[in-house]
Amino acid sequence: MATTTAPPTVINAKLNGQDIQTKPGTLLINLTKELGIEVPAFCYYEGFSLQAACRMCLVQVNSSPKLLPGCTTIVTEGMVIETESPLVVEARKSMLEFLLTNHPLDCPVCDKGGECELQDMVFKYGAGESRFVDIKHHEPERPFSPVVYYDPARCILCYRCVRVCDEGYGVNALGVVNRGVLSEIAPNRGDQLNCDECGACIDICPVGALTSNTYRYKTRPWEMKHVGTTCAHCSNGCKTTLGVRNDEIMRANNRDSSGLNEEFLCIKGRFGFDFNHHPDRLQSPMLRIDGDLQPVSWSKALAAVAAKFNEVKAAGGKFGIVASNRTSNEENYYLQKFARTGLGTNNIDHARTGDVVTLVDALSGKQGKLATMADLYQTKAALVIGSDLAQQHPLLAYELRRNWRHHQARIYAMTPGPVREDKYAAATARVAFGEEIAALEGWREQLAKEPELLILFGDSIKGASLRQLVDFGESLGIPVKYVALVDYANSRGAIDMGLVPELHPGFVPSGQPGLTLPEMLDDSQLDVLWVVGANPLANRSQANPKAFVVVQDLFLTATAARADVVFPAASAYEKKGTVTNVTGEVQRLTAAVKTMGTKTDLEIFGLLGKEMGLELGIWSPDAVFNEIRQNVRGYNVTMPILATGGAAPTTPVNGKVNVETRSDLVHSAGDTLFTSGSMTKYSQVLNTVAERPGQLYKPV
Amino acid sequence: MFNPPSPHEVKILTRRFGVQNSHTIDASLAHQGYDGLKKAIAMGADAVINEIKASALRGRGGAGFPTGMKWSFIPRTSPKPKYIVCNADESEPGTCKDRLLIQNDPHSLIEGIAIAGFTMNSNRGYIYVRGEYRYLIYILETAIAEAYKHNLLGQNILGTGWNFDLFVHSGAGAYECGEESALLNSLEGKRGTPRLKPPFPATHGLYQSPTLLNNVESFCAVTHIIRDGAADFAKHGPEKSGGTRLMCISGHVQRPGVYEMPLSTTLPFLINEVGGGLRPGRTLKAVQPGGSSSPILLPEECNVGLDFDSLAKAGTMAGSGGIVVLDDTADIVAYALRIIRFYQHESCGWCIPCREGTTWLKKILERLNQGEGTMKDVDLVGELAKNMFGRTFCALGDAAAWPTGSIVKKFRGEFETKLAAVQARQVPAELVNIG
Ligand SMILES: Cc1cc2nc3c(=O)[nH]c(=O)nc-3n(C[C@H](O)[C@H](O)[C@H](O)COP(=O)(O)O)c2cc1C
Ligand code: SF4
Ligand code: SF4
Ligand code: SF4
Repeated sequence: MATTTAPPTVINAKLNGQDIQTKPGTLLINLTKELGIEVPAFCYYEGFSLQAACRMCLVQVNSSPKLLPGCTTIVTEGMVIETESPLVVEARKSMLEFLLTNHPLDCPVCDKGGECELQDMVFKYGAGESRFVDIKHHEPERPFSPVVYYDPARCILCYRCVRVCDEGYGVNALGVVNRGVLSEIAPNRGDQLNCDECGACIDICPVGALTSNTYRYKTRPWEMKHVGTTCAHCSNGCKTTLGVRNDEIMRANNRDSSGLNEEFLCIKGRFGFDFNHHPDRLQSPMLRIDGDLQPVSWSKALAAVAAKFNEVKAAGGKFGIVASNRTSNEENYYLQKFARTGLGTNNIDHARTGDVVTLVDALSGKQGKLATMADLYQTKAALVIGSDLAQQHPLLAYELRRNWRHHQARIYAMTPGPVREDKYAAATARVAFGEEIAALEGWREQLAKEPELLILFGDSIKGASLRQLVDFGESLGIPVKYVALVDYANSRGAIDMGLVPELHPGFVPSGQPGLTLPEMLDDSQLDVLWVVGANPLANRSQANPKAFVVVQDLFLTATAARADVVFPAASAYEKKGTVTNVTGEVQRLTAAVKTMGTKTDLEIFGLLGKEMGLELGIWSPDAVFNEIRQNVRGYNVTMPILATGGAAPTTPVNGKVNVETRSDLVHSAGDTLFTSGSMTKYSQVLNTVAERPGQLYKPV
Repeated sequence: MFNPPSPHEVKILTRRFGVQNSHTIDASLAHQGYDGLKKAIAMGADAVINEIKASALRGRGGAGFPTGMKWSFIPRTSPKPKYIVCNADESEPGTCKDRLLIQNDPHSLIEGIAIAGFTMNSNRGYIYVRGEYRYLIYILETAIAEAYKHNLLGQNILGTGWNFDLFVHSGAGAYECGEESALLNSLEGKRGTPRLKPPFPATHGLYQSPTLLNNVESFCAVTHIIRDGAADFAKHGPEKSGGTRLMCISGHVQRPGVYEMPLSTTLPFLINEVGGGLRPGRTLKAVQPGGSSSPILLPEECNVGLDFDSLAKAGTMAGSGGIVVLDDTADIVAYALRIIRFYQHESCGWCIPCREGTTWLKKILERLNQGEGTMKDVDLVGELAKNMFGRTFCALGDAAAWPTGSIVKKFRGEFETKLAAVQARQVPAELVNIG
């Protein structure tokens, strides 16, 4: 091996007369982007396979008599590149001229008008007048599904939609049919799509060829305000940018790729915001009068609840507080403070969906064991246990797949049924819930050979079996990180903020006895049941039917219908605050819209505390978050990351948690790609797509 | 089945064409069939490749790439499977030779493919047949079955321990699937659009494995080169364009047909001595010397050799060997339209300049052919052809632009005459009073 010359570490080239240096293997188009020189392209899209089909990025290179596409040309030593020479400029102009011959130019009514890449390019590089005087080829637009519409006339055949669906999401529901000028994009089931309905194809389309049924012909992009916030549905915590007009969310996307999910969103994130404007939204507090819930003023409802709470508290009565998987960290923190210091009770719990507590305890004394979202894209190997990620954790599924595509990560999937990972996994096994730990031994040898491993596990791994899993992982002799899969937008924050009787915020043992959620409902002595953003009475009744029930919610849920007082709450899209995702990253919620008559849960807590005469501190989200940063271990996050819409990783405790946690209460709700707990009912989009749980694309 | 031969022909690839039942293995074996394969096995792979290099054989599919060099690019020792693919998609207007080779002597093709298989240490070959050549599939499959019976294909061929299976695959009627990488996509069951190159098929071809892809006639030539030696073949052409090729001459000549001619033949000789010359009283207007993709030649440019380099020097190409002769009766505007109609119909649609360019050109030429439009439109045709040329994803776009550009440049006057004639035409009396 002695005399081989080392490969060059730097490439010298000339770009538009300037000497430049770059890394070996750099694509010409990426080089120009780094240097801030625009080389326009339609089909080139970072992260997806190269097409060289649109011919927009043709540039002049000294080594070739022909113009070369920048998207497939690698910069080599001594290359002389011209991106603005008369020949290149003329080629670009002629390419646009070709493209416009069959383009309808209906920009005034096109959804994409104002943010269309074709429009921008013609504006910048196009000809002033058209030499095309013949009849354009035209095909009528058509629905591919209740959310995706296709207008072939506008399609410029850049194949971005085909690639994002196949390569990105692993769904492969879009293809190209016909030939030549008749070529068009076609769905996978006759004239319909059978897919994730994620709408990624719509957003990636550079023109208005793919549009969404929820947004099409409703507004112009410049009439909207664009608000960055975090998705209200699952625990993955996608950043989303809401397009808002007149206090109505018109669309959600993430075209600026700014969050931990870059451009990724699933159907719930992209279209499932419509629950927010459902006509059944509660808009006034309600009080049970003469057996019926009747609208009353905020002051009357607050007074009624405060009086009852003070009365029960004075009498040494029993409170039960059911907290939410969806409310903000600030609200959660304030609520447990309300319960513990205001009401003097430790009877606070929520529907636990993942055994984070045992995981933290089992990893005590070890550093860097909890994975972040970035780890999913970077790890060399990952093991998925007992979860159909594509159904329940769409972003995690996407990130693992992206990791495999870009870095050939080795994925192992041990699940009870077929999963999308099967298609590319290094190994898969069908193992029933509860039998995973024993089955893992069969993979020990193979896993121990990996340089590192990231283990994601569902709710079948909890308590004792979770400790066994950690023992297994730690015995492999390689660096291992873990993710306990939890269900909803702030399931993780609920545990971190101590919404369980056994723990205070930051995994500090509460040291006091307290009722768990089922114990509250089973307690015939319970005086008050206070439910915040949860629906515990959906399928059961409470042991004491006479208990005074207070509910804060968006809708009249089964629980709310049985309440004595109902407060109309603001949704996650209507409040400021933070939430913590499945990988422990804190992200910001921004109030994008307002529904008349509602208040945020935090405001309700504050007003109620004040009405009761309690001293619980200022209830502004900023003030409470400051308190969290100071008091909750792991939450002293970097503020600028948050303030700019980023995801700030929390650093949870390392050390024994020292409590007997109720792992037996951990149950995932088993949502699918098309459900979101009680909220599913109120999203028209989630109810109109043809796909249903179980019918979702499954690998054959 | 076959036009009467010409006394000027040099019959190497077509040597068995007159033999009764020439398509059968018995006829083939009676005329030295598979001697080339046996010789190749005795020579060994390196010697085979050197022999082909020495023959100066250049690809007969259109690009004229030196075959020996192509064979030497295949990583024969790669641990991946190596594939041999025969391009029998023959779809270039003016070209009709591969089908005659298959029809009359399928065994010489199978033998050439087997020689390639042995040389490349390959165990699997495919013949990709043009969809419209359905009847050839039966002939090929029968011949392949015969070869299996004689242990010339299949397991342990001729006791060498080498196995080679050969399959026939039908195209579905797309000219673009003759382009090698689109062919490979189609063969894999994908949409017939071309692939990015590099990587080239030699290293990343069928199923991303090393693949040797040649035209039917190229493989047939290999059979005879190996059997009779490189020198015997090379001597029929200039130094860098060895051997004979099947020249397909069509259009306004008296004896159109397919003739196997040395590559040292000149165009006038082919037209006048082999093709029987123009019809009495007619004069030459133009020639397309290398299939519909080649730039057109004016009569004064026709004194040229038919080998690859001479035609390239004349600003056109030898292409796939289809020579179309036009006399003074030809309507050049209609001819240009006919060509662009073909390419517009066959454009796969993958890239913008070809998909939109051919469509636009067709629309303009349709108008011009009706006598509508102005001379500005003629200029526009030239400009659009220029804007397409060299900028499309694959060579189909070039193939559409190149001849079209040459026609409007060289025959601008014809367009002018046609427009003027139609526009000056008296409106027929019976139409005068209509609207
Ligand atoms: C649009 C297009 C169509 C082609 N059609 C054919 C064809 O029908 N038959 C063929 O042998 N080569 C065809 N070719 C050339 C092939 O790409 C390839 O160069 C050839 O098959 C290689 O074989 P050879 O080296 O033996 O010529 C075509 C090329 C292009 C660009
Ligand atoms: S629909 Fe849009 S993304 Fe898809 S090919 Fe057409 S223009 Fe491109
Ligand atoms: S993956 Fe989860 S967080 Fe992301 S868009 Fe879908 S529901 Fe929202
Ligand atoms: S030039 Fe472009 S559109 Fe034409 S056949 Fe080739 S790839 Fe297809």
